Amino acid sequence: MELKDLKKISDYQWEVPVTGEMLVPGRIFGDESLVEAMDDKVKEQVSNVACLPGVIKASLAMPDAHWGYGFCIGGVAAMDSESGVISVGGVGFDSGCGVRTLKTNLTLDDVKPKIKELIDLLFKVVPVGLGSRGKIILSPQEADELFREGARWVIKKGYGIEDDLEYIEDKGFLDGAEPAYVSETAKKREKGQVGTLGSGNHYLEVQYIDKIFDQDSAEKFGLFKNQILVSIHCGSRALGHQIGTDYLKILADASRKYGIKIKDRELVCAPIKSSEGKKYAMANLCALNYSYANRQVISHLTRNCFEKIFPGVKVKTFWDLTHNSARWEEHEINKELKIVLVHRKGSTRAFGPNRKELPLKYRDVGQPVIVGGTMGTYSFILRGTSLGMELAFGSACHGAGRSMSRIQAKKKWYGEKLIKELEVKGIYSRTASFSGFAEEAPGAYKDIAQVIEAVHNAGLAKKVVRMRPLGVIKG
Amino acid sequence: MVKYGQFEHKADIGVRGYGKTIEEAFENGAKALFEIMVNLKKIEKKKKVKIKCQAANLEELFVEWLNALLSEAGIKNLIFSDFKINKIEKENSGYALLGVAQGEKFNPTKHEPKIEAKAATYSQLEVGKKGKYYIAQTIIDV
Repeated sequence: MELKDLKKISDYQWEVPVTGEMLVPGRIFGDESLVEAMDDKVKEQVSNVACLPGVIKASLAMPDAHWGYGFCIGGVAAMDSESGVISVGGVGFDSGCGVRTLKTNLTLDDVKPKIKELIDLLFKVVPVGLGSRGKIILSPQEADELFREGARWVIKKGYGIEDDLEYIEDKGFLDGAEPAYVSETAKKREKGQVGTLGSGNHYLEVQYIDKIFDQDSAEKFGLFKNQILVSIHCGSRALGHQIGTDYLKILADASRKYGIKIKDRELVCAPIKSSEGKKYAMANLCALNYSYANRQVISHLTRNCFEKIFPGVKVKTFWDLTHNSARWEEHEINKELKIVLVHRKGSTRAFGPNRKELPLKYRDVGQPVIVGGTMGTYSFILRGTSLGMELAFGSACHGAGRSMSRIQAKKKWYGEKLIKELEVKGIYSRTASFSGFAEEAPGAYKDIAQVIEAVHNAGLAKKVVRMRPLGVIKG
Repeated sequence: MVKYGQFEHKADIGVRGYGKTIEEAFENGAKALFEIMVNLKKIEKKKKVKIKCQAANLEELFVEWLNALLSEAGIKNLIFSDFKINKIEKENSGYALLGVAQGEKFNPTKHEPKIEAKAATYSQLEVGKKGKYYIAQTIIDV
């Protein structure tokens, strides 16, 4: 992307000036080299979102932004509750996709000698890969209950403990989910998928904290050096894919019906207040709730594996977040508190301190922001800030962002060889697909440290700890 | 003539089908889609599924077709390798097609699984005649 086309606001903020039919400016976060390296399409997609009816303040892109469909990946836009629209392009086909991080009372020294045993057991117990199914088969009535109650429902059924709920965004479920607006096809495709990891960039990783940036916040989060954590990255599985697919078509028709001018076919949308918009919002909540339930069941399976190998171990939920969502949130807009619909497509919610949505233990620190890196590098935990609330509706990045396509990655790396290379580096991995593994090669991603520095320096969120992988399972 | 292929996208994968007719381009586009997930050569034609879809225009019909195949495969735990569309019909409100997909029950030890295709998107979606041949292409979210 050419920097000369952008207006520099600060070293880490760049404005896309209002032109043509843009209703608000675009704002891209990142240092010079990150923004320069971004595809031109990011600017185009940020500008297209800035044309959507009811968009508030600015159309945003996070430092890990890359070319998506409709919104860029790393795109954020808040919509006015009266005049705004809701778009599949702002959520994607894996609504609720996110990360759960579990914290243990184990250290690197405890787990390192047993990492192979642990990863082999996890790989056996957690269903991974194309077409994988779990053991929970829901009746139609149970499925509806799960869609409405998310993680709370699976915990009631014995897949977890009450304390887990406190540390899941939205306390594990969002009110207002309506299974009647989820198609029969979506419900059929769901069968047996709750508690499954999926494939692509989804993973389960055993990690240890190798660096602490902010001792005080780390302590409040209950994190310490060399502590073993587990991060689980996955979403709403085929249920979410089908809901996205169904409403892509419904909203394509709605865009024509309401005469909404869209710059990109993938930005099909409906007014929030229209019947199509309301139905999509309510169906989408089913997918979000399902994703919380999915990660909850996998967390439960993970906890069981740890207890088998490390009797007496404590495995608690540290935090669970989604980075693909459209949710109602309260934000200060022109010095007035307003409820707005925030779309985040590949962006983590990063609320600053004192928000009522945060658990009491974290409230004065800010929301934990978990950013997954590649399986060969590291991941980070940050905390949300008050400045981030002003700048970006409390949003941050969600990952490293790819720098190389899947096709190129497969030409450059082979799964089996990559697994051996990682093992030499002390990272033991198992996968359901060697070619899928090669596509996720660490070298196919941007340098996550640079993305994190940009988020930190822009003030969107502040670094707390860094984790290194010890063992990985991938679909 | 190359019948189908994949094209580059930073995060996902593009699929493209070529054909002497639009129908053939759609059929080959479906092959490119399933090639993302498995090794097509390993699939036997043991089961047959009928696919029916309609959309406001040809581009959206192509996405409907691919997504209908993904839904059927997901629901019935099948994987397809062979596709046939009789004719794409023009209707008052757009276009419709009746097609058949053939394949078998998904077997991870036999089919060399790669990655899951979540959905066909409207991104870089194109259907039309390029030179002598028709093409149908779009980006698949994986």
